[in-house]
Amino acid sequence: MSRVAQFLFRRKGGKGWHWTDIVTWIWLIGGLFIMFGPAIWLVGSSFKTPAALAEFPPTILPYVTQKVTVEGIDKPLDLYEVTLEGGKTVRLAELRRIGVVSQMIDPSNPGEIIKVNIAQRKPVREMTFASENYAEPFTHFDFVRYLWNSVFVTVVATLITLIVNSMAAFALSKYEFRGRTVAMLLILATLMVPLSVIMVPLYSIVSALGLFNSLWGVILPTVATPTGVFILRQYMLTIPDELIDAARMDKASEWQIYWRIILPLTAPALAVLAIFSVVWRWNDFLWPLIVLSRKELYTLQVGLSIYSGELNVQWHFILAMTVVTMIPVVLVFIFLQRFITTGIAGTGLK
Amino acid sequence: MTTDPREQSGFSFGEAIAKPVRFVMDLIDPPLRFLQRTTGIGGMATFFLLPNMLIFGIFVLLPFFINFAYSMTGGTALFLPDRTFVGTDQYARLFDCSNYLDANSCAEDTFWTAVGNTAWFVLLQVTLMIVVSLVTALILNRDLRARSFWRAVFFFPVLLSPVVVGLIWKWILQRQGLLNFGLYSLGFEPHVWLNDRSWSFAAAVGVSIWAHMGFYTLILLAGLQAIPRDLYEAAEMDGTKPTRVFLRITLPLLAPNLLVVIVLVLIRAVQIFDEVYVLTGGGPGTSTLFLTQYIYETGFAAQLRNPGLAAAASILMGAVLVVLTLLQLSLSRSGEKKGGRK
Repeated sequence: MSRVAQFLFRRKGGKGWHWTDIVTWIWLIGGLFIMFGPAIWLVGSSFKTPAALAEFPPTILPYVTQKVTVEGIDKPLDLYEVTLEGGKTVRLAELRRIGVVSQMIDPSNPGEIIKVNIAQRKPVREMTFASENYAEPFTHFDFVRYLWNSVFVTVVATLITLIVNSMAAFALSKYEFRGRTVAMLLILATLMVPLSVIMVPLYSIVSALGLFNSLWGVILPTVATPTGVFILRQYMLTIPDELIDAARMDKASEWQIYWRIILPLTAPALAVLAIFSVVWRWNDFLWPLIVLSRKELYTLQVGLSIYSGELNVQWHFILAMTVVTMIPVVLVFIFLQRFITTGIAGTGLK
Repeated sequence: MTTDPREQSGFSFGEAIAKPVRFVMDLIDPPLRFLQRTTGIGGMATFFLLPNMLIFGIFVLLPFFINFAYSMTGGTALFLPDRTFVGTDQYARLFDCSNYLDANSCAEDTFWTAVGNTAWFVLLQVTLMIVVSLVTALILNRDLRARSFWRAVFFFPVLLSPVVVGLIWKWILQRQGLLNFGLYSLGFEPHVWLNDRSWSFAAAVGVSIWAHMGFYTLILLAGLQAIPRDLYEAAEMDGTKPTRVFLRITLPLLAPNLLVVIVLVLIRAVQIFDEVYVLTGGGPGTSTLFLTQYIYETGFAAQLRNPGLAAAASILMGAVLVVLTLLQLSLSRSGEKKGGRK
C-alpha cells in the first residue's frame, strides 16, 4: 500500500512534497471550479424548464417529473411510481393532493380514484432539454433584433477602429511633422477621460448630432481608442523605413504605401486589436444603455439587463439568452486566447 | 507588389473580403494622389491623422471641456445654450453637509452614500484583488505542467461581458441558487444573499474580483517571468528559505509591475458600475450604489434629471482618476527606464 502511495506522490527529481505544492494544487483545482463552475452551471440551467428551475434543491442535469395526459382531464398530470400495500409498484398520475393523501388515477383506467399516502409515491423523473428556452426568444421576442444590433455594432465598430487607428498610427510612426508630440499627448490624455466621467456632455453631443437612438451613436464615440493607436504604432515603428523609401522611388503614393505595405506588415498587431475590439464592443454596456432608449435598437447586453431587471424575471429565457450572448466570447477564448494574453502581457493595456 | 503580402504573413481575411477591399482602396487612390500633389507628403500625414483626431475631438475632448460648463448650469434642458448659468451652485449642493461622515446629514445624501460605498469598495476590492492575483501569479510562475492551460482558466471570466457576469452570479446567489443548494446540502440554512445589505456588498466585491483577477494575474505573471532565473538558482544553492526568497528577490523585482497593477485596479475600482448594476441594481436600498451609478441615474434615469449635478459629480470623480492615471503613467515610465517592463 505504501509503495502505491509512494509511486503516486513521487515527484520529479525525487524531491519530497513541500507545503507550497499542496497550496498550489488546491489553488489550481479550486480555481478551475470557481472560474468555470458558475458559467457551466448557467449553461446547464438554461436547458431546464421553468418547473425544473423552480425546484429546490436543484438537480445538476435538467430532470423534470414526467407528465401524462389522462382522458377526461384537460391538464397533463404528474406521473408517480407508487408502492401499493402488497409491495407491487405501479405508475399512477396524481389528480390532487390533500394533506398527506394523494388522489391518484391509473392512466390506463381513468375511472377509479386511488388514495395513496404521499410517503408511498415517488415522482417519475425524466431528462428533458428545454430547447424552447432557446427557440422561443428567437421567434417571439426581439431577441433576433438584439442579436443583429450587437453584431452590427461589433463588426462596424471594429472595422472603423482598425482603419482609423491604423491610419493615425501610420502618421505618428512614419512621418515627422509639427504637432506630432501634441497629437501623441492628446491621445495619451484620453486615457484619463473614461466614459463614466464624460457621459453627460457626450450624450448631449451625440444627441446634437442626431445620433441618439441610433446604432451609430453607439459606434462612433468608441472607435478612436488610444489603446489601438498604441498597439499599432508600437508595431509600425519596427517596420524599416527603407521599405517606404523604396516604394516612393517606385512612384507609389502615400496611400498605396499605407495600405499595400504598412497594413499587410502590421497584420499581427491588427489581428490583436481586432480581437480586442470585438470583445470590447460586444461587451459594451453603459454607453448603449444611455444612447439606446427604443426597444428595437437594444443591443444584447442592454436587452438582457432590461429583461433581467423586470419584476417578473423569466429566468428560463434570460438564461438561454445569456448563453447565446456568451458564445462569441467563448469562441474567442477557445481559439484566440493566446493572442489576447500575449497582447496584454506585452502592453499592459486592456 | 504583384502578390498581396497579406497572404505571405499568414493572415488572410479570405479572398472574398480582400477583393472588394482592394478594389475600394485602389479607387480612393487617384483622388488621394491629387491631394498628395497639392499638399505634399506632410499634408498626407495630416490626412492620415485627421479621422482619428476628429473622432477624438468630437467624442472625447469636446465633452471633456464642456463638462465643466455643464457643471456650472442648472435645470433639466439637454443642450448647453438652453441651460441657465448657476455658477458653483451644483458643487455647493454636493458639498452641503452638516457632518461629512454622515451621508444622511447632506443635502445630496445619495451622492455621499455613493462616495462612501465607493471608498469602502475601493479599499476592500483593491486589497483583495492584489492579494488574489499575486498569489495566482506566483503559483502560475512555478514549475508547472500545462501552465498556459491554467493561465487560461483564470483568464476566462475577463472576456465575459459585465452583464453576463452579473447574471451568472445573480443566478447563483438567488434564493434557489447553487450557493444555497451547497449550504443546504451541508446542513446550513439557505439565505437570500442579494436582499441582505452587507452580503450584497460582499457579493459586489467578490464578483468584481472574480471577473477581473485574470487580467492582473497576467500582467504580474509577465513581470515574474522577467525576473532572471539564476537569482533563484543562487538562492537555492545557498539554501535560502522560500519566504525569504519571496521577500528579498521576488517582491523587490516585481515592485514596478505591482505598483502599476495597483494603480490600474484602483482606477477601475473607482469606476465600478456594470456588473454590480446588473447583479444588485445598487440595492438593497443604496447598499451597493457606487459613484458611476449615481452619475448615470442623476444624469439620465432619475425622475428629476439633473445633468448639471451629474456633471459636477463626474468632474469630482474625474479629478481622482486624473491623479491616479498620472501616477500610473509616471510609474510605468520609471518601470520602463529600469527595464522591468516593456
